[in-house]
Amino acid sequence: MSQPVIPELSKADQNRLAQSGIDLTMKNRCGSYLQMDQDIVHAECGQEGIEILSYKKAMEKYNGLKEYAWNVVSPEKDEITKYVAAQKEPKGYVIIAHKGSNNIFPIQACLFLGREQIQHVHNIIIAEEGSELHIISGCTSGEHVGEGGAHYGVSEFYVKKNAKISFTMIHNWSENIEVYPRSASIVEENGIFLSNYVCMQPVKKVQMYPTANLTGANSVARFSSIVISTPGSHMDLGSRAVLEAPGASAELITRAITKGGTIISRGHINGKVAGTRGHLECKGLILQDGVIYAIPEIEGSVVGTELSHEAAVGKLARDEIEYLMSRGLDEDEATATIIRGFLDVKISGLPEALQQQIDASVDVAEKAGF
Amino acid sequence: MLHIEHLHVNVGDKEVLRDINLHINEGETHVLLGPNGSGKTTLLMTIMGFTNYTITGGKILFKGEDVTTMHAHERAKRGIGMLFQRPPTISGLKLGKMLTAISRTKKENIPELAKSVHMDKFLERDINKGFSGGEIKRSEVLQLMIQNPDFVMLDEPESGVDLENISLIGTTIGALLEKDKHLAKRKKSGLVITHTGYILDYLDADKGHVMCDGQIRCHGNPREILKDIKQRGYKECLECRNQ
Repeated sequence: MSQPVIPELSKADQNRLAQSGIDLTMKNRCGSYLQMDQDIVHAECGQEGIEILSYKKAMEKYNGLKEYAWNVVSPEKDEITKYVAAQKEPKGYVIIAHKGSNNIFPIQACLFLGREQIQHVHNIIIAEEGSELHIISGCTSGEHVGEGGAHYGVSEFYVKKNAKISFTMIHNWSENIEVYPRSASIVEENGIFLSNYVCMQPVKKVQMYPTANLTGANSVARFSSIVISTPGSHMDLGSRAVLEAPGASAELITRAITKGGTIISRGHINGKVAGTRGHLECKGLILQDGVIYAIPEIEGSVVGTELSHEAAVGKLARDEIEYLMSRGLDEDEATATIIRGFLDVKISGLPEALQQQIDASVDVAEKAGF
Repeated sequence: MLHIEHLHVNVGDKEVLRDINLHINEGETHVLLGPNGSGKTTLLMTIMGFTNYTITGGKILFKGEDVTTMHAHERAKRGIGMLFQRPPTISGLKLGKMLTAISRTKKENIPELAKSVHMDKFLERDINKGFSGGEIKRSEVLQLMIQNPDFVMLDEPESGVDLENISLIGTTIGALLEKDKHLAKRKKSGLVITHTGYILDYLDADKGHVMCDGQIRCHGNPREILKDIKQRGYKECLECRNQ
């Protein structure tokens, strides 16, 4: 497997990439896609049965990917999708796990915003029947994005029968970047879709509301979000699961901390047929005055769909802090230990390497004193 | 080891402890008896340094040092430890992670210690979340084993615990208090709240105190006091202030 070709990056930018889960040495990665602004600098996978192609090459090779491109996300959805759809030279990646393939080590997709005002991507991820695909997407900006910028990203996921996709996105932008992911998935019979989102660093604005359409019997979707919002950050986050087949189930979990920023945590589970289950959970901690606005929605329209939600927003409990202090931890240590536990979401079915990457992102925030 | 002089404590605006005087020597274990709501837990929480308990008068000396205004962690570092009757549940914080965090020497074999109190399967569980009464107490004992305090306060260690587990907890606490050592060699001290007295089978307590209405009313042989209370209840203790 060849080393990815990376344009010269400062040490600081390399560190920012590493904090986004991108390993430039390719250790424990089976393939990479790297896009710096609008330049695709690397797209390669050494794993048999799994392809990584630039969007353009994939369109050429697979006759326009007619079944997949702009199928689950509408180009007319909003201004962001219209902008991406209007590009004469679309960028982004297509990852296909062919039938029965399986990657033990994840593929890493790096979207780096260096100097451009707007970076746009259109990604398509397909896990064919019986395949298993794990992706870590590290999104970051360079230290030289002085005047700010924006990232517009459309992602379409297709989880076929008995297939599995885990998609772990780690955002590590800056105070002057706006981010507008637009993504949706279709999960077929016995398919599993795990979508994890981690943002521990400042960002000007994030707005996203990915949707999983569970069209196959016994399909599963799990969305997990772990976010910290600092002053000046506005994070409008959500996830939606539409349960359209018997046995389909969804779990939407959010851990949100504000240190002065705004977090809107939306969630919507729609149980459309009998024999479906869904649970939505949002827990928020207000460490410094800011906003956590949880909007959980559960919608059932038939007998036999079981949906629940749990939302709580509060402060650190004094009795918990003092309990740890009575064991010898000082107040700061006790506080950090409790916050670390609060953010400790273990995601069922996620490979250890990716769980470690999520934990590492929280570690960085912990070392900085949350 | 512990010396309390004329201690007055408020919870909110209400005075809960009044003029408490208590002296516990090195190697001694004392028992605190009294009806519900008499202030026993308040005394332990105050000695531990919980901020909800405001000291309005008097002082607490530990190993000769005035700890009255110290934070809980400073007291813990000096060797005060407590087994809580109802410790909080901390969502997300795993018992194993907490034990690692509180381990002073970092040399303790946590899985081995956990196994000794049948808590090895709980190390990856959120602290106290869904724990039974006995599991909570075993978790508390395990934390104390890691902490290894010189002065151990036990708030009803047998409540909610079945007989089999009382034996395990009692034996382990006995070891923490060096009850397996000769009297002259014991360095650890303890203060135990109990209602049933079952735990005393393992702790060999030296002195007993009865607390009523926020005051320590009498002192004596712990087993005799307990026997008396079992026969007569606390009625006479409550009337005692009028004498």
